[in-house]
Amino acid sequence: MTATAETSARTRGHGVRAEGVTKRYGRSLVVDDVHLDLPLGGVTALIGPNGAGKSTLLSIVGRLLGADAGRVSVAGLDVATTRGDELAKRLAVLRQDNHLDIRLTVRDLVTFGRYPHSKGRPTAEDLEHVERALAYLDLTELADRFLDQLSGGQRQRAFVAMVLCQDTDVILLDEPLNNLDLRHAVAMMGRLRDAARELGRTVVVVVHDLNVASCYADTIVAMRDGKVAACGTPAEIMRPDLLEEIYGLPVRVHELDGQLIATYYG
Amino acid sequence: MLRETAPAETRPGRRLTPRARLGIAAVLAVAVVAGFLLADTHGYASFVVPLRVRRLVALVLVGWAIAMSTVLFQTVTGNRILTPALMGFDALYVLLQTVVVFVFSASLLTGTDTRVQFLVETLLMVGFALTLFRRLFASGRYELHVLILVGMVFATLFRSIAGLLQRLIDPSEFQILQNLMFASFTTVDEDLVWLTAAVVAVVSVLVIRRLRVYDVLALGAGPATNLGVDHRRETTRVLTLVAVLVSVSTALVGPVTFFGLLVAHLAYHLAGTHRHAVVLPLAGLSAVICLVGGQFVLERLLEVTTTLSVVIELIGGLTFIALLIHRARRNLA
Repeated sequence: MTATAETSARTRGHGVRAEGVTKRYGRSLVVDDVHLDLPLGGVTALIGPNGAGKSTLLSIVGRLLGADAGRVSVAGLDVATTRGDELAKRLAVLRQDNHLDIRLTVRDLVTFGRYPHSKGRPTAEDLEHVERALAYLDLTELADRFLDQLSGGQRQRAFVAMVLCQDTDVILLDEPLNNLDLRHAVAMMGRLRDAARELGRTVVVVVHDLNVASCYADTIVAMRDGKVAACGTPAEIMRPDLLEEIYGLPVRVHELDGQLIATYYG
Repeated sequence: MLRETAPAETRPGRRLTPRARLGIAAVLAVAVVAGFLLADTHGYASFVVPLRVRRLVALVLVGWAIAMSTVLFQTVTGNRILTPALMGFDALYVLLQTVVVFVFSASLLTGTDTRVQFLVETLLMVGFALTLFRRLFASGRYELHVLILVGMVFATLFRSIAGLLQRLIDPSEFQILQNLMFASFTTVDEDLVWLTAAVVAVVSVLVIRRLRVYDVLALGAGPATNLGVDHRRETTRVLTLVAVLVSVSTALVGPVTFFGLLVAHLAYHLAGTHRHAVVLPLAGLSAVICLVGGQFVLERLLEVTTTLSVVIELIGGLTFIALLIHRARRNLA
């Protein structure tokens, strides 16, 4: 972290801070007293088995879901009490399964990302942001296509472009690699890492591929049964004993070309 | 009328801007309005036209209210099949009217102004509609088929209770209610015209100020919240406006089930954009063209006195079935 980024992190507070966050669905405890402190700037990967509470935690941090207990602040703002339109300029969140009943072009959708800034009247500067986001995610040629004419992966990229276009300090993405082919998955993670390193964004992604987390994240948060099981740098988390405990599956970790790669196939 | 104009507008319309499409619809609407007012006056225009104006205004109000309530409702609920009418809003209003007559007896009511009665019923309507429907929609998460079922149950329940009360009350009082039960565009309640016009105008202004917010709401609860729109508050606001608009249209002509669906989908198809600034007025103009034009064609050209509602409900009902089949096919594919 550079000196300037460090001071700005201190003056603007933490990227994401969760204190005692708890969420129940009926009797089952989905998120159990989670404490989390992520500095401003950097990519954090949320990993863990199905049902570990990753998406729920992400939704709570992104104020799409209310917590039963605990507090969440993002970029120094309490998500429960800050006005929604103020928060939207600092925090962007994208859930999985984005289905729309309305017919929109890719450009229409991405332009919505500027709504917190322009309130629906995009300026020339806003439109520049839109074109940049489109180019960033390799969507320029598809910009005038309707979303229902696209493949799942293309649609996924359009939604991510909308969220990036929002130009926020903190970006939360739930499985952004869903439906993406190898090339676009690698490109997407590269883009997110660039946004974190060059623009000082705090990016939190839920990913299922351990090796994506290992190679692209600065911090890995491993969850299990609604709790944070481990949190640390890839080198700290990519350990066979720890991963086996989290996933309940023997995992081997190899160092290949300077990267820690996990293998777990029978 | 409708069937002839719609495709003619879409085919060359591929390249028309949304504004131009709106313009064409406006010209057509003005044409049917002029036709409705001026045709067959047999030289007594100065006498006949003022008589027709009030009925025209009522028809325009009803069309505008139904179109606007349907589009807004579909925006906040994030689906394009359910309408306020299908969720039992109209039935609820009829029930409230019946309860008011039942409780306060018609003798008392004949003394009071229908306008006062309308205001009281509208207030009740907003209260009940919010209590019943807000919890259902504010969460932003629901299954469409569950909602359809809930709507069917609500509508049937409201109608049954209203039916029971109507059997219990005095036959002469029942006379007053009878007009409320079936939609009729020929016998509109003209006393209410100017009051409801003011109400619809106020609602329209409130809607116009938030057109861009509604564009965002159409993305669904998650994306709308992400973009800084308070989904819960906006949903409550929209449901309130919908309740008021349904009160207006139901008080003027009675419950109309499928008309809103018909004009909303006409607008979605013809608008060429998702923006409410185009879709809403286009839906309203389509409604005016259908209602006023339909009435004109039936009365003056075909010279039949069949109620327009039968024709409209037939076409609207077919649209509903077509949409359901289309959706089912898409889900299977």
